[in-house]
Amino acid sequence: MPAFLSPELGLIFWQLVIFLLVLFLLAKFAWKPILLALKEREDSIEGALRMADQAKIEMQQLKAGNEKLLTEARLERDRMMQEATQMANQHREAEKARATAEANNIIQQAREAIQTEKNAALAEVKNTAAKLSLDIAERILRRELTDPAAQTQLVDSYLKDVKLN
Amino acid sequence: MKRLLSILLCFVSLSVFANEPAAEGEKAEGFNPGEMILHHIGDSHEWHWLATDNGNFTTYLPIIAYRPGKGLSVFSSKHISNGESEGAAKEYEGLKLEHEHLVSTDGSKVYDFSITKNIAALLGSAVLMLVVFTAVASGYKKNHGRAPKGIQSFFEPIIIFIRDEVAKKNIGPKYERYMPYLLTVFFFIWFNNLLGLTPGAANLSGNIAVTMVLAVMTLIITLASSNKYYWAHIFATPGVPKPLLPIMIIVEVIGIFTKPFSLMIRLFANITAGHIVVLSFISLVFIFKSWAVAPVTLAFGLFINVLELLVALLQAFIFTLLTSMYIGGAVEEHHDADMQMGYDDGSASTHAH
Repeated sequence: MPAFLSPELGLIFWQLVIFLLVLFLLAKFAWKPILLALKEREDSIEGALRMADQAKIEMQQLKAGNEKLLTEARLERDRMMQEATQMANQHREAEKARATAEANNIIQQAREAIQTEKNAALAEVKNTAAKLSLDIAERILRRELTDPAAQTQLVDSYLKDVKLN
Repeated sequence: MKRLLSILLCFVSLSVFANEPAAEGEKAEGFNPGEMILHHIGDSHEWHWLATDNGNFTTYLPIIAYRPGKGLSVFSSKHISNGESEGAAKEYEGLKLEHEHLVSTDGSKVYDFSITKNIAALLGSAVLMLVVFTAVASGYKKNHGRAPKGIQSFFEPIIIFIRDEVAKKNIGPKYERYMPYLLTVFFFIWFNNLLGLTPGAANLSGNIAVTMVLAVMTLIITLASSNKYYWAHIFATPGVPKPLLPIMIIVEVIGIFTKPFSLMIRLFANITAGHIVVLSFISLVFIFKSWAVAPVTLAFGLFINVLELLVALLQAFIFTLLTSMYIGGAVEEHHDADMQMGYDDGSASTHAH
């Protein structure tokens, strides 16, 4: 067997000793902290991702809630607007009706007043006419109805004095 | 079937190397490519950086030898190294080197624990890994809760890939216990594969002793974490007729050992093969003794080297992947994925050549 195919005892011994020493030292001072740090980092990344996912879901829920709130608010607003419009309309109608009634009332009163005034005026006209007639008749009577021409002249002159409206 | 194929593939790749020394036969005067290549992929008691006309630049490494009865001897390899020159082996404290093999002059048994070139490279890569990955770890402390930075962001995707695509997928929910081993083995192989490609460096991950230790560790971890389903599958393979069971048991028990064996051979063979190919292309210049071959050497050498960069990563990945599959097979609760395991094993081992 060629020399390079036969393992040397010395090299086996040293290889075993040095390799085991390296294995021990690296396991303690390199692999353990490295693998631990890697695991820790992976865990933290995974945790962060999970938290981000959760936050996303929460955000979505929040957004959906907001949307619902917004929709509700909008509906409420519409309803209120409608109510207000309705109320305003009603109010306006009522006001209108009231105004109309009042106007009618006033007109009615005015009419009545006018009627009364008219009646009073007519009565007065009648009284005046009667008084005038009496007056004229009195004056005629006073002049002693001698001359018919004079009588007529007299009546005419009196009538000229009388101005009926 | 798949398992047999993988063993066969191992031997195919092996036979390629077995042929390599045969190239020594066609000796070009003065230069022996086979010997040069074997010297480069092999281990050595000194670190020979480069040779110039003014001499060699060599770092002499410590020799540590234990001989029963004589005790431990520690000295610099300068005392027994011949360098590049041929001639009678130098002796020191009753020890000498024979083809980079430490022997005692009186023929008694020597246990060689020397810090060879490979072990020096191993120490270097171990220090490099510790520095790099403690720096990565400190990045996590510094940038806690923030995006990774610098070296940390370079290694993080690789670590996550090993964890998610290799460990989690093949081992299942119990993967965390095996992460340190998988990560260490992956980066150990990758770093050493890349370091082995640098000029002047040692061929550590292409050394069978190194790959053997790694494979045996995988075997021990697999057996240590095996549950009753794993053993039930070996000793009472479901769906096999009773008379065939004795044969199946033998096959399955052999299978326990062929898995790490293939791991050992695959890594060793891939890395060593890459080195041999690159060195062979470089040798062409010296064989033909002509500058005209340089473009060919350069083009093919560069191509193979870039390919080796890919293989360096690929082999580290395959070793880690198969290790996690074997562990996965041993810890699985409901044993129904055998077909899948066999399939994966076979497909992965096609990378062996």
